[in-house]
Amino acid sequence: MVALIFKRLLQSALTVMIVVTLVFFLFSVIPGTFASSLMGDKRSLDPKVIERIKRELGIDKPLHQRFGIYVAGLARGDLGKSYSNRRPVADLLSSRIIASFKLACAAITFAIAVGLPLGFIAAIRAGSLIDTVTMVFAVSGLSVPGFWFGLIAMYVFSLKLGLLPTFGYGNGGIKNLILPALTLGIAPMALLARTTRAAVLDTLNSDFIRTARSKGMSETRVVFKHLGRNAFVIILTTIGLQFGSMLGGSVVVEKLFAWPGVGSMLIDSVSLRDIPSVQGCILVIVLFFLIINTLVDIAYLAIDPRIRYQ
Amino acid sequence: MHEFVSGRIFLKMKKKVSRVLMSALFFTLIFSMPAFCDTPMSGGTLRLSAPYGSALKSLDPHVTYRSQDMVVSKAFHRALYTWDSANNSPALDLAESVTTDSSGKVFTYKLKKNVYFHNGRKMTADDLIWSYARLMNPEKGFPGATMIGAIAGAEAFGKGDATSISGLKKMDDYTLQITFSDYNDPGSLLFEAVTAILPKEEVEKESFLLHPVGLGPFTFVEHVEGSRIVGEKFDKYYKPGKPYADRVEFVITGDNSVLDMAFRAKEIDATVLSSNAYLAYKADPELSKGLIEIAELFTRHMGFNTQEKPFDDKRVRQAINYAVDRDIIVKKLLKGKAFKATSWLPTTSTAYDSTRKPYPYDPEKAKALLAEAGYPDGFEFEAMVTDKTSSLGVFEAMMPYLAKVGIHAKAKVVESNVLIDAMYAGKASVWFRSNGTGPDPLKALRTFDSRIPRTGSNVFAFKDPAYDAILDEAAATSDPAKKIELLKKADGFIMDAAPVWFHNYNKAVVATQPWIHNVDGNVTEAAIIEVDAIWLDKNSPTR
Repeated sequence: MVALIFKRLLQSALTVMIVVTLVFFLFSVIPGTFASSLMGDKRSLDPKVIERIKRELGIDKPLHQRFGIYVAGLARGDLGKSYSNRRPVADLLSSRIIASFKLACAAITFAIAVGLPLGFIAAIRAGSLIDTVTMVFAVSGLSVPGFWFGLIAMYVFSLKLGLLPTFGYGNGGIKNLILPALTLGIAPMALLARTTRAAVLDTLNSDFIRTARSKGMSETRVVFKHLGRNAFVIILTTIGLQFGSMLGGSVVVEKLFAWPGVGSMLIDSVSLRDIPSVQGCILVIVLFFLIINTLVDIAYLAIDPRIRYQ
Repeated sequence: MHEFVSGRIFLKMKKKVSRVLMSALFFTLIFSMPAFCDTPMSGGTLRLSAPYGSALKSLDPHVTYRSQDMVVSKAFHRALYTWDSANNSPALDLAESVTTDSSGKVFTYKLKKNVYFHNGRKMTADDLIWSYARLMNPEKGFPGATMIGAIAGAEAFGKGDATSISGLKKMDDYTLQITFSDYNDPGSLLFEAVTAILPKEEVEKESFLLHPVGLGPFTFVEHVEGSRIVGEKFDKYYKPGKPYADRVEFVITGDNSVLDMAFRAKEIDATVLSSNAYLAYKADPELSKGLIEIAELFTRHMGFNTQEKPFDDKRVRQAINYAVDRDIIVKKLLKGKAFKATSWLPTTSTAYDSTRKPYPYDPEKAKALLAEAGYPDGFEFEAMVTDKTSSLGVFEAMMPYLAKVGIHAKAKVVESNVLIDAMYAGKASVWFRSNGTGPDPLKALRTFDSRIPRTGSNVFAFKDPAYDAILDEAAATSDPAKKIELLKKADGFIMDAAPVWFHNYNKAVVATQPWIHNVDGNVTEAAIIEVDAIWLDKNSPTR
């Protein structure tokens, strides 16, 4: 187990370095700079002011020098200062991570709470009306754009029924969390329902299930002890992948609901060409993905003792 | 008997008098009702929007020159001048009076003595001097340096060649003298939050970036990044009785559909509207009552690189102006949410010439001009546009008109930053943009000054010494009426030279709920509302 964690940490460090390098150079060569974003609001600035801003932020230095400074800072745990608001990126990210994590947890909880039972029921009642309705629901959930679903949810629950706030973080309470979590969780829920159905159906047709039943084992025991445990490896992979990619995938939802997470910060930073902030956001998203996947790998060992990592 | 009769008469008279008095009281009440309704009431929470993005750039007003941040800054900060929407001009805010000397370049301000920062300290002339010097700090790049640079000695200070700005002189604690290096309207330079007066002792604390302290009507309470910012009524605000609201909350989102939904759900009291929402609100008998339409000081145009063929020929540029029916575009595509441009300066500019007629739609004249310029069969060109309706949408609407006169246009859709870089580097031949064209008309017209480089604002590389001479004459005159006449002449010059295809002046629309009062129509930016004057009546959900 320790060896696995150590190996994963090494792999993660390498992945992070590659991502950080790629993002830094890509953002430095694509057209448009932070200076041009300053001129982007219909008001013109004195060129001397632009030069001063470049000097202050160090963006007048050669690319390799800037990269060196960034990497040296990263080694010390310093993510640099945001170009746009001149605050440390780590400070900016700290509050954003909490909001994003809260949203991702709520969305995955919704996806698991609804998707998993639906998939199970559909598999056990395969070919029935429940199965058909569940799968139509799942396919719809996968194909509906999150942005559109969010607007419809706002219209129904806020404007027409007046039950929930339209958007915003409020005091970070559950009322403000429900609509963005539903919107973010709808696609993973649908995917999870489909994956669970497929995994359970596959396991249902296995020899060991037939053997268990022929031995006279109760259906509850068959489902929970044999079926659930064996199907859960595939289900867990789906949950892990969906949860891991939620921070990066929440960009649209965060923007739509004015949710103060990493995703909405990433969008703003990209449009402002605020490279340190972009780097910080991507770093958080990548790390989150890597951590979740490592945790899923570890969970495999607990669920299925046959799995061994070399 | 006599007594009895007198008593009856007395009773009758008493009844009559009381009837008259009652009627008088009734009519007084009836007629005073509107006045009563118009009397501002204190209390409630103002719920406004910062509608141009999903975050604020900075809480330090000196760091940012974006509309999005200035919308919020109005609640927490004050500058020497403010924008007076009623008169469409800057007005003194932190000073009681200003006098000008005979040179027209030296202004002496008597500052108000009851102006306090949120930390309880009184503002003095030192705070203005420190704030303006901060903006010119040679080590830092503050956008406000563009304005403060007009003060004598500011550039030398900005280069590190002087220890102070020579044009700023403290006469006493409440008297400040500002000397400009040229003829300037100090109001149009010093009214935006980007030149706000800040307290040195607070700015020097690291917490200032998280907890702004200013002179505004509301003190900072909290900022949930990317979601909302909240302020509370400042009891020592220098305008007696103001602000009326106890609290202000700005929701931060650039999504028009969400703002529309939130407004309809009565979660916000006022917000700017998109073109689509404008049409729907106008058609709605209830929502249409609260619309405020404003001709903003922005000019949308298609710019030409006047050093590049075929746009180096005035006749070609004029031909494009004649070739397109802008009325149809404004009416059908922009749904009437724009005012047709008649030249560079918009209708709300002090130097706008209302007698000037726009280029008429005249394809025959366009063809003739093209033939004269040596392009009888037209030509092809590519314009850089962003994916917005006001850019790509308008350009696509222009294409059939241009094709009619033989000009075949293609669109190159790029992101805004890419477009700006290309414009400033002279790599774009034609592009779509919106320029700030106010409040100072001279500054707006300097956009085409030959001596201004592309990186300044003359991205058109327009060169005409005759035009520069008119601007110089306008800059050198201290007679306001003569100055306006010269600026009108310069605007007419640009109209004729046509370095751009004049499209429209933005019509900003602010939707207001029925319980919110005194929302001003700010032509410099509709979303920047004078929050201290707004009040909420008893129907506000927050009372």
